[in-house]
Amino acid sequence: MQSRLPIIIFAAVMAAIPFVPGMPPFWIVLLDNIGLAALVAMGLVLLTGVGGLTSFGQAAFVGFGAYTTAVLSTAYGLSPWLTLPLSLLVSGSLAVLLGLITVRLSGHYLPLGTLAWGLGLFYLFSKLEFLGRNDGISAIPPLSIGSFKMLSPGSIYYAIWVAVIVSALLTMNLLDSRTGRAIRALRRGHVAAEAFGVHTPRAKLLVFIHAAVLAGLSGWLYAHLQRAVNPTPFGAQAGIEYLFIAVVGGAGYVWGGVLGAAIVVVLKEVLQSYLPLILPGSGQVETIVFGIMLVALLQLAPGGLWPWLISFLPERTGGRKPDTSLKLEQRTRSPGQSGILLQVEKARKQFGGVVAVNNVSFDVQAREIVALIGPNGAGKSTTFNLITGVLSATSGSISVLGKTVDNAPPQEIVKLGISRTFQHVKLVPDMTVLENVAIGAHLRGHSGPISSMLRLDRADEAKLLAEAARQIERVGLADQMHQLAGSLSLGQQRIVEIARALCVDPMLLLLDEPAAGLRHMEKQQLAKLLRDLRDGGMSVLLVEHDMGFVMNLADRIVVLDFGTKIAEGTPATIKTNPEVIKAYLGVAA
Amino acid sequence: MNTTIMLFLVQDGITNGAIYALLGLALVLVFAVTRVILIPQGEFVTYGALTYASLAAGQMPGTAKLALALGVGAFAFDLFVARRALHGRLILRSLVTNVALPAIVLALTTYFAAQKPPVAVSIALSLVIVAMIGVYLYRIAFQPLAHTSVLVLLIASVGVHLALQGLGLLFFGAEGQRGPAVLSGAFTAGALRFTGQSLTVYGITIAFIVGLWLFFGLTLYGKALRATAVNRLGARLAGIRTTLSGQIAFLLASVIGALSGILIVPITTLYYDSGFLIGLKGFVAAIIGGLVSYPLTAVAALVVGIVEAFSSFYASNYKEVIVFMLLIPVLLLRSLAAPAVEEEKD
Repeated sequence: MQSRLPIIIFAAVMAAIPFVPGMPPFWIVLLDNIGLAALVAMGLVLLTGVGGLTSFGQAAFVGFGAYTTAVLSTAYGLSPWLTLPLSLLVSGSLAVLLGLITVRLSGHYLPLGTLAWGLGLFYLFSKLEFLGRNDGISAIPPLSIGSFKMLSPGSIYYAIWVAVIVSALLTMNLLDSRTGRAIRALRRGHVAAEAFGVHTPRAKLLVFIHAAVLAGLSGWLYAHLQRAVNPTPFGAQAGIEYLFIAVVGGAGYVWGGVLGAAIVVVLKEVLQSYLPLILPGSGQVETIVFGIMLVALLQLAPGGLWPWLISFLPERTGGRKPDTSLKLEQRTRSPGQSGILLQVEKARKQFGGVVAVNNVSFDVQAREIVALIGPNGAGKSTTFNLITGVLSATSGSISVLGKTVDNAPPQEIVKLGISRTFQHVKLVPDMTVLENVAIGAHLRGHSGPISSMLRLDRADEAKLLAEAARQIERVGLADQMHQLAGSLSLGQQRIVEIARALCVDPMLLLLDEPAAGLRHMEKQQLAKLLRDLRDGGMSVLLVEHDMGFVMNLADRIVVLDFGTKIAEGTPATIKTNPEVIKAYLGVAA
Repeated sequence: MNTTIMLFLVQDGITNGAIYALLGLALVLVFAVTRVILIPQGEFVTYGALTYASLAAGQMPGTAKLALALGVGAFAFDLFVARRALHGRLILRSLVTNVALPAIVLALTTYFAAQKPPVAVSIALSLVIVAMIGVYLYRIAFQPLAHTSVLVLLIASVGVHLALQGLGLLFFGAEGQRGPAVLSGAFTAGALRFTGQSLTVYGITIAFIVGLWLFFGLTLYGKALRATAVNRLGARLAGIRTTLSGQIAFLLASVIGALSGILIVPITTLYYDSGFLIGLKGFVAAIIGGLVSYPLTAVAALVVGIVEAFSSFYASNYKEVIVFMLLIPVLLLRSLAAPAVEEEKD
């Protein structure tokens, strides 16, 4: 995303194409169609490939854009340029409406829901009187600048491709920002993102609106290219086809959308014009071939063609190291703060009849390392989830600095300065270590999506990345900063999680089995890091199975067994506590 | 509105709803076992219906040839996958189930089609043909993708739907067809007239719901299928052949689809592309049922059928709009309900 050169070359090539002598006019028509499809597919890339939300309903948003301008420019005689913002507004606001209903749905409900309302809206288009029912609306005025009317496919070509390239740039800018990282984290589930303050439903709604506005833009251009609209191109079939385009191109890549559009539009054209020559027969032979090719492509290249293509390019080595002299604002801490930081009182969690955490009470003081130990299934991770708001307690209370935070959502807990790592690593594997860690600083940045798209967020962004880089150096992974998180060993990924948690600028760090998968030397480094953090004023609460590690590090140990606290004290007293020995080794020992 | 009209509409709705229930059940079944959202379910309906109608009219249905072609394809896939460890028994088994069987059925179909077979024979042949198509489709299109995401499977499913619909036009033409009633005769109770056909629809729907419920709740195979749905790898480690589970699911779905088609083609004219919409209404029911619960899906399907019947009476123009928009309040309720604890995604 650093280099703009390929995009400039691409734009120049696209600008030159109409001037190539002997260029058949029909090819320009195809390019127009490719551009229109690419706009919608680009939205789907963000929605489906990046955000993990599959929508079959995008064609309906194209329809909103097209019908808005059709009605306003014919029945009310508005200038097409005036209807552009209105078209986008209509698609955008209907996206809010439909999005509020659908984006909270998880898994397969979402695609099916979009399929259903996509169909419903298609029938609505074809039944409403003022939209011209099945006949649609014709005699839509062309786009014009002064007296120049864009009547031919060749003249609107520029409008379409300017829209495509500008949208691609804005979309890529968005992805490469604070908001973009939150969006890219969505696909991996919401728990990790929410633990760092990302409001996931809002992020989902945002991509939904972004995709709908791009579709609306495509619809607006379509209406003025065809100068007539009817319901057919906005039906379920079209919605399916847009998704297909995104998948063919490579659903995770903005340019994959453009590539996919080119492939599918050209392929359909070729099939429609040449297949009847090879296979004479009534009907939709091209649909059959199209369907079969779709399945074949998925079996051969399920990731799409774009990643396959760029794998031939020389790998880009490393990114620029952020300027670590930039500083983010820090949490105000009262100097020499002491006393109770976290107080857990009679916390209880029941899953049906199972009591996972049974009236557990303990506290964490300022500048203290407390370890939570116990055999597997003792309720340690559940306790973590209760503290961080991932689960809500059945009863009992949890307070931070004397303030009760019962059942507050994770986004609120992290604001209080409590950050965590996960027992099962929750990083985004296809983001770099730097980007993953920067998610930890989410709440410390302020740029929104619009400023990110327009690149007005750079100052804010530089500070966030600087903070992330600083924490990565602090945990000793500076060499891996620009590697993909998924390429690191599991032990290193755990350390990345610690760096991410440190980006919160926490007062209390919750570590869930941080030493698992680490080698001996690495464990010693980790122990040193945690001691340094404590001496710097931070408290640590950790779950760990490595007894040597815990006994050497912890100031105090809380032992759980079957959800109940059985002991608490210094490492020395815990080692000799008969209850603890019984829990770990059984009665006979 | 008088009571008679209302009763008629309810009756009509229940008949349609029963069909949607059958389709909804099949969709739930396939999704639960294979994670495939089976858009081609609608094609199983039209293939079943139109094969039956063609046979009854003494025409040779193209679906029998398709079954053979797909069987040969499945055989090729089997050979390719096992190419490093080929042995005679494996080849023979694959040859029998994938090539010999559809070839025999094709021969039988050709023989019977020429002489207008009795209803029972037409039904049996149609069911067998569509069932084979379903199983071979799973082998060719979905089994190689079994490890991929729901999205990839969904798009593959769309591809299969497109291909099958195009083939449907090739086989049956653009004209609609109707078939003879499965069970003739009728009786009246009060103002209502019950045809043998609609009673068959009710009976078969109820039988399937109970049957599936028993199958999944009580039999080892049913439990194995459910285990596959929850965790493929775990199921394999426990010795369950996950490909077999997928084949069983597709077998059941295609039989249910074809049966639904055969049941409605005497009541309504079906076209090569009618299946998509019918299948989608089954979807609406399945989604309302949450893609997991069979009884809830059945109830939802009845609601969909009744809503459809009433809206086609009062606002026939907006019939489809109303049916598909019925989902929105349901989705709304689901989204207001507490979100489930996160599942691990990849």
